[in-house]
Amino acid sequence: MKNPIRLGLLCLGLLCSMPSLWAADIPVKDGESIQDAVNKASPGDVVLIYPGTYKESVYIDKDNITLRGVVEEGKWPVLEGEGKRNDAILYSGNDFTVEWLTITHYKGNAIMGQSGNNFTIRYNKVIDTGVYGIFPQFGKNGLIEYNVLSGIEDAAIYVGMCDNVDVRHNEVFDNVAGIEIENTRHALVENNYAHDNTAGLLVFITPGLPIKTTFDVILRNNFVVNNNTPNFGAPGSIVSKVPQGIGIVVMAADDVIVEGNIVSGNKTAGIVITDLAFITDISSDPESEPNPDRLVFLDNLMFDNGADPVAEVKALMLTQFSRTGPDILATPGSAQEQDNCIINRERYTSFGVKKWSECERKNTSDVLSYRIPGGAPSEPVTATNRTKLLYQGICAGCHAYNMRMIGPPTLAVQALYRNDAQGIADYIAEPHKVRPDYPAMPSQGHLSPELRKDVAEYMLKVTK
Amino acid sequence: MRALLSSLLLLPVLSSLAAEWRLSEVCPAGFRPEQGRCYLQSLYGEYASLQDSGVGGLKTGLPPLREGFTPQQIDLGRLMFFDPLLSGDGTLACSSCHQPSKGFADGRGLSVGINGQLAHRSAPSLWNVGFLKRLFWDARASSLEEQMEGPLYSPIEMGNSREHLLKSLNESAAYPPLFKQAFGDSAISLDRIYTAITAFESSLVSLNSRYDLYANGVHEVLNKDEIEGMNVFRSFVARCAECHTPPTFTNQQIAILGTPEPDGHAFDSGVQAVTGDASQRGGFKVPTLRNIEFSAPYMHSGRFETLREAVAFYTGGRGHAVPEGEKLNLHWHIWEPNLTDREIDVLVAFLKTLSDESFMPPLPSAVPSGLRPVVDVKPN
Repeated sequence: MKNPIRLGLLCLGLLCSMPSLWAADIPVKDGESIQDAVNKASPGDVVLIYPGTYKESVYIDKDNITLRGVVEEGKWPVLEGEGKRNDAILYSGNDFTVEWLTITHYKGNAIMGQSGNNFTIRYNKVIDTGVYGIFPQFGKNGLIEYNVLSGIEDAAIYVGMCDNVDVRHNEVFDNVAGIEIENTRHALVENNYAHDNTAGLLVFITPGLPIKTTFDVILRNNFVVNNNTPNFGAPGSIVSKVPQGIGIVVMAADDVIVEGNIVSGNKTAGIVITDLAFITDISSDPESEPNPDRLVFLDNLMFDNGADPVAEVKALMLTQFSRTGPDILATPGSAQEQDNCIINRERYTSFGVKKWSECERKNTSDVLSYRIPGGAPSEPVTATNRTKLLYQGICAGCHAYNMRMIGPPTLAVQALYRNDAQGIADYIAEPHKVRPDYPAMPSQGHLSPELRKDVAEYMLKVTK
Repeated sequence: MRALLSSLLLLPVLSSLAAEWRLSEVCPAGFRPEQGRCYLQSLYGEYASLQDSGVGGLKTGLPPLREGFTPQQIDLGRLMFFDPLLSGDGTLACSSCHQPSKGFADGRGLSVGINGQLAHRSAPSLWNVGFLKRLFWDARASSLEEQMEGPLYSPIEMGNSREHLLKSLNESAAYPPLFKQAFGDSAISLDRIYTAITAFESSLVSLNSRYDLYANGVHEVLNKDEIEGMNVFRSFVARCAECHTPPTFTNQQIAILGTPEPDGHAFDSGVQAVTGDASQRGGFKVPTLRNIEFSAPYMHSGRFETLREAVAFYTGGRGHAVPEGEKLNLHWHIWEPNLTDREIDVLVAFLKTLSDESFMPPLPSAVPSGLRPVVDVKPN
């Protein structure tokens, strides 16, 4: 830094011209509403939630908002669903962070995203919420770390239809599924502790979803231990069909690397690899490719798996004169070919991997993260740029600058109204037919008077 | 624009004066011209979607639209869409079952075809149909061109034949010159007919609802109940958004719901009848919810008269309406969300925020055949 003073001035100048860079802390105390704080927040703001009990569902449809719990001497802020509220946190904005919250007793999910790129979900405790604990969906580039989740009747952490996600350092226990990566690409699942679930880690293609593939997933250095809890999934749900006692399930997913995990004490099998035939009672989807392909099994520590397998696995193992389940089970018809590979296979008890080749790759030390350097592109919607968005998205569909479209050219409107933005704002609220050779304009009366005037002013300034 | 409209008002029966018909030279509302072809301009134009899937959340890019048609092709399609010349006996147009005032559906449980015959299923809305990659309730067509051969030539719908359709268009004085305006020469082929109607149908875009304003950052346009309804809609309790996914409010997949048939009607096996796959028995394509307020009754057989009834179906219990003896692979999101009456009310309130007919096309007061156009006009 050759000239710190000059740089400082430059930063100051930037800040002055971009007020949204003045990130504010918005405190919420026990008895107040987190939603009220979110409604007040602007992109960049941090909502600080102090210890207390918050009985609400919170939705965040803005960009770059952080919900941060304040933990004081072991006292946490608690979002309490009382068994009657739907989801605790629903977000759709980009660059969203939620951390340091305890979430319990909701009917639906604890933290749920519907789109929203560059999400961070960390340091949360989720206890006994209904369906999923943490469920980002349709998100690109995310981090889920240092969360502890238990008592979830489906997946505790469910990454569904996402790209570029790291899931690490989480503890998941007493759930039906610990961590599920579903119809998702480029996921790194690392250093998690998955114990006492029905199944620990799941990498799935689920048929019937609009995004069809799962590939490029690394399961690395996880503890996957004693996942023997009887399945308590809701009838009809996909995970209700998962047999108890499995450490890792790979269903139909491709290019999955399993490395450095400690997989032990899972009573049916350590790792099960299967095609979509695993799930019965589901409508078939011709667009979902059913077979797991190109699996890579590097060194893992596996022992004490398969002590008391479910009946189907027991029957299968009897064909090999064994009464116990294996460390690695590729179900008949699934991943039987040499496009899959394994190293040091002699260390494990196994079924169905005889034809697998020897891996050329010995480790994944070249992969530190699957997140996107610099993040996924996201332009926050702000009070200033939303006017431009409305003009481009709605007005420009009928008005070009100097050319006839279905509406008259913007130039002609500018000539008519000159500096009278209010005139335009009033007209578009209740348009009437003005020009005999043009159809009447559809009303924009659902926009507030202020917003109509903003857009009108924008229209008067358009120069191309 | 639409100079032909004003001239036609004076000449309702003089279709032989072909020179009077001029097709529009400007793109329809919401479409900008680029080298003479029309492309959608929307609030969603700058957004991406994961894996280019066209599904996601509030600020998510659209699936690919059938676009790039010329203004003349779109306008010719519009005229044919409302022209009963396209049916076997000159009584029905596309618009008979896809009426502008009824969300481009027909307000009936089962549609009525030629000679008053009942169709097997309910006519779907055509709003945003250009975004769909599969058509019909059972998803059996993969393009609009392929789809329209169904109703045109079905003996219980429009009752036409390919030969008769070509003959009647060729014999009309007005159509060959219009095909020349739209395609460069006056030859009339089935492909050109399908292209023009596809062009028109794909121009029926509805993306400027109050919901869309909310999604794009104008939060104040929705009231408290509507926002509450939106949150129930996308919650993992009601799970509506899992299949009716923004921005088009369909994920375009097949789902088995187990909705009841109208009284006295046999069980409709849906997709199974097309594919022969028993696991798909009772499956239907997830429909869009855009402009759903206008297209009652609901479901494939129009079994539910109101939005409230349709919404309440989902909280009636998994499989509660499946006939005895039927084994269906019900979708995993059909469960028992135990929605309250209040939640159902606000869900309905939210669904009405998806209404937007601002790009309603001009409804013709005459069509080139000289027959009376099938147009209903919404009473004010």
